[in-house]
Amino acid sequence: MGIAISMTVNGAAVSAEIDPRTLLVDFLRVNLGLTGTHVGCDTAQCGACTIHLDGRAVKACNLLALQANGAKVTTIEGLAGNGDLHPMQAAFKECHGLQCGFCTPGMVMSAIDLVQRHPGADEATIRAQLEGNLCRCTGYHNIVKAVQQGAAAMSR
Amino acid sequence: MYAVEYQKAKSATEASGLIAKSGGKALAGGQSLIAAMKLRLAQPGTLVDLAGIPELAGIRVEGGALAIGAMTRHADIASAAEVKRTIPALAALAEGIGDRQVRNMGTIGGSLANNDPAADWPAAVLGLGATVVTHKRRIAADDFFKGMYETALAADEIITAVSFPTPKKAAYAKFPNPASRFALVGVFVAQLGDGSVRVAVTGAAPSVFRAASLEAALAKSFTPDAAKAARVDAAGLNNDLHASAAYRAHLVPVIASRAVAAA
Ligand code: FES
Ligand code: FES
Repeated sequence: MGIAISMTVNGAAVSAEIDPRTLLVDFLRVNLGLTGTHVGCDTAQCGACTIHLDGRAVKACNLLALQANGAKVTTIEGLAGNGDLHPMQAAFKECHGLQCGFCTPGMVMSAIDLVQRHPGADEATIRAQLEGNLCRCTGYHNIVKAVQQGAAAMSR
Repeated sequence: MYAVEYQKAKSATEASGLIAKSGGKALAGGQSLIAAMKLRLAQPGTLVDLAGIPELAGIRVEGGALAIGAMTRHADIASAAEVKRTIPALAALAEGIGDRQVRNMGTIGGSLANNDPAADWPAAVLGLGATVVTHKRRIAADDFFKGMYETALAADEIITAVSFPTPKKAAYAKFPNPASRFALVGVFVAQLGDGSVRVAVTGAAPSVFRAASLEAALAKSFTPDAAKAARVDAAGLNNDLHASAAYRAHLVPVIASRAVAAA
């Protein structure tokens, strides 16, 4: 049975009729075609599906789309403005904070939430706050460096 | 996930009525429930979403107690000035739940209604002797937790808030499973206003429980050494691939001593 839903995604109003069991990540990827949000585990562990729901990082695979009804959602596609990378995206690129890139959208979304809540976070805080994002390639070292550089750039 | 109907309630009473009528389940943050539904471990026919119900929100200092609305997210409890000022142990506990993303969605009320054997909040509620407030009554912590995933709540009963008495000293420490980060053993210790001591243990048994031997030892001397010297019986503790019952029995006093040191 369809149920009406509407929300703002990356600044644009969207609405649809959906099956109530639709997960937010499927709504974004399948209904809206925003495939930048990845599904790594589908069990709320890896963080690849991290998006911002009203400015807070959440795992879109562990939420019904209906839980975001009326909310403001930002995905990785919503970060770059006018073709310029968001400072956190640019920092991941410059610091070689990715290898295969599968975890990267989630890492970047988490990192931005982290910096907004913990401006000037030290390395230990960054590592602790990124606990919900798994990377199978990098060993995290350059991710932490990227977050530090991205945090500095965001404060400018 | 099996098909499910979705309804949104405007008040706790309305939510209770919708659940009674549909035989459905309340949806709080959904961080356990949605995951369980995806695995088909839970299959409610209807979800009644509690998000946005005003009476379930907010953190209030009421005399000698701290009342936290049931739909308050872990992340908001961790950062709330009132919590840090009155019972900092609760802010620290909230900051240690799951990961950032889970803390941004998961709620204290949802965690308590679920009563996962390894959840953190049950230890705080039992350890402080808090009161679980529902839309129809007040339930003492000692009467609330009934067993694995079991509570005193009726199927259509909605938790509205939890009222924690402000202790003299309190702290929570846990030994997280390295993979899941759930508590293999978590211990909440508290010295209450009247000087009495409560110790609640999560993760070690099918449900949170009070450790009598530790309470007796810490009532005499509220020190890490006294905690470490206490013995906990392995009988009835969980024995699984993560740890044996004997290992958990050994961990309880060790983790309790860390909590006392932090209190
Ligand atoms: S896909 Fe959502 S946490 Fe892994
Ligand atoms: S870059 Fe490959 S998983 Fe992180």
